[in-house]
Amino acid sequence: MTHLPFIVGSYALGVLVPAGFALAAFLRLGAARRRLAVIDPRARPRAGPRPRPGGAL
Amino acid sequence: MHRFANPGQFLRLSGAVLPWVSVGALVLTAIGLVWGLFFAPADWQQGDAVRIMYVHVPAAWLASAGYMGLAVCSVLSLVWRHPLADLAAVEIGPVGAGFTAMCLATGSLWGKPMWGAWWVWDARLTSVLVLFFLYLGHIALVRAFDDPVRGYRAGAILALIGVVNLPIIKFSVDWWNTLHQPATISFTGAPSMYLGMLWPLAFSTLGYTLAFAAIVLARTRAAVMERRIRGLLMARAAAQEPAP
Repeated sequence: MTHLPFIVGSYALGVLVPAGFALAAFLRLGAARRRLAVIDPRARPRAGPRPRPGGAL
Repeated sequence: MHRFANPGQFLRLSGAVLPWVSVGALVLTAIGLVWGLFFAPADWQQGDAVRIMYVHVPAAWLASAGYMGLAVCSVLSLVWRHPLADLAAVEIGPVGAGFTAMCLATGSLWGKPMWGAWWVWDARLTSVLVLFFLYLGHIALVRAFDDPVRGYRAGAILALIGVVNLPIIKFSVDWWNTLHQPATISFTGAPSMYLGMLWPLAFSTLGYTLAFAAIVLARTRAAVMERRIRGLLMARAAAQEPAP
C-alpha cells in the first residue's frame, strides 16, 4: 500500500489549518485597524516621520 | 509584567514584534516542511509515512503548549483580574483547538497505514481527544454568558481544572501500555533520533510555534482594538443621549 495519499493529506492539513487561521486573524486585524482609525483619529498611522520640535525641515 | 500587559503598551510592542514573528514562522515552517518532505531520509520500518511526523509532532507540541498558555492566562485573569489575559485566553482557545484537531487528524493519517486503524482507544490518543474537548468547552463557556467577565472567570476555572490532563498526555505512554510510541526527544536526555530527521523536525516545530504565536498575537491585537472601538462608540452614544 502506498503511503502517498496519507502524506499528502497530512501536509495539506499542516499548511491549510495554520494558513486559514493566519488569514482570518490578519483580515480581522486589518478590519479592526481601519474601523478604529475612522472612529479614533489618534489611532491613524502617521504618513511620514514625526517632525522634531524646533527642528529645521 | 503589568507594564507590558497594559493594552496600549501591548499594541505598541506586539505591532513591532508581529512582522518579525510572522516572517520567521513562514521561513522556518517552509524550510522544515520542504526538508522533511523531499530531503529527509525515509524510516527503515515506517518508510515514507515517517514524513507525517514533521506536521504531527509540532501540532501535538502546540496542542499542549497552547493549553499551557491558556492556563497561564487563566491564572493572570483569576489572580490579577487582568483584562488583557482574558482577551488572550479567548483568542488562544480556537487556535489551540485547531492545532489539536490537526494533531488528531494527522495522527489518524499516520495510524491507518502503520497500525491498520484510523483510531484506537489508546491512552495517548484518548487524552489528546479530552484536550480537544477541553478547548471546545472553553470556547463555548467564555461565550455563554451575557456578562463577558463572568464568561472569562468560568473559562479560566475550566482551563485550570483541565491542566491536570497535560501530565496525563505527557506520561500516558509511560504509565500505560500504549500502542503510541514513547517519547523520542526529551529536554534532559540525548535524542534517540537520526540527526537527518531531527533537524527538519526542529525547523518545523520552531516554525509552527512562531506561527501559533503570530496568530494569537494578531487575534489579541484585533480583540484589543475591537474593545477600544466598542468603548468609544458607547462613550459617544452616552454623550449624545439627552439628559433626563
